[in-house]
Amino acid sequence: MPDLPRKKIGLIACSGEEMAEGTVTRRAVRTVLETLRPGDTVTLCLPLFLAGSEGERAFARFYPTIAVDGCDKRCAARATAKYSARPAASIVVTETAKERGCGAIGTARRLNEAGLRLAGEVAARIVEETDRLLAKKPRGAGRGSDRGKP
Amino acid sequence: MSAKPRKIPVAACSGIGKSLGAAAREAAFVLAEDLRPGHAKVVALSLLVMGDEEASREVAGREALAIDGCKLECAAKGLACAGAAKVRKVAVFDVIRRHRGLKPEGVCDLNEDGLKLARAAAEEAAGIIDDIDAGGGCA
Repeated sequence: MPDLPRKKIGLIACSGEEMAEGTVTRRAVRTVLETLRPGDTVTLCLPLFLAGSEGERAFARFYPTIAVDGCDKRCAARATAKYSARPAASIVVTETAKERGCGAIGTARRLNEAGLRLAGEVAARIVEETDRLLAKKPRGAGRGSDRGKP
Repeated sequence: MSAKPRKIPVAACSGIGKSLGAAAREAAFVLAEDLRPGHAKVVALSLLVMGDEEASREVAGREALAIDGCKLECAAKGLACAGAAKVRKVAVFDVIRRHRGLKPEGVCDLNEDGLKLARAAAEEAAGIIDDIDAGGGCA
């Protein structure tokens, strides 16, 4: 059997420095990468798409990605689609916060207890999507499957 | 009566993969919240990357400051793409050379050395903000 590269999921956080939800995206993504699914995920740097890192762009063209955005401007999802390929899944922190009835979560510099809990909830969502995507074929539904069709 | 001066836009590396990037991001907050709260404003790099109208308006035609974690200088590139008239730079990878012995670790939670490095970078950034202010760049 050939030694094929292991399928991994690329995680892209918006990191939005102007709002606490941007910090939630960072913490959630790092939690998944470091603790919850360390062997199954990598992080991709959003600004590197613009800076022209071919490594980041190529990964997102060939592997499934999950965009994690702080707000409904969805910079991470849109940047991934613009420079590489449509993300396989998209999570928006403000939507998760609304679903959970979350109140004030701190600042972009420091999350409070509620912010840290919200980051945990978002991390759990990322894990759900990661597990779902890893159960599929590498070029499965959700991204790329409708590309090239008229 | 004089109009309130606009704060100087600051963009920082989003650094999610490396401690130096995280230190760049923390330095931007130290600068804008602790050292020069009335003079510097952090602009989200992701918004600049995506050409957000409001974020671009903060930057276009103005002097701006980039705090970057690595030589790819994403923050500087983001500001240039948003139309900054001039981009001044603080490179955390250079700052750490001037503060030998610091061993920054962590991303979401920088260790003590990471926070010291961020403070050092922010202090260099504050000097640049003062320089821009003195030159009338905060119009």
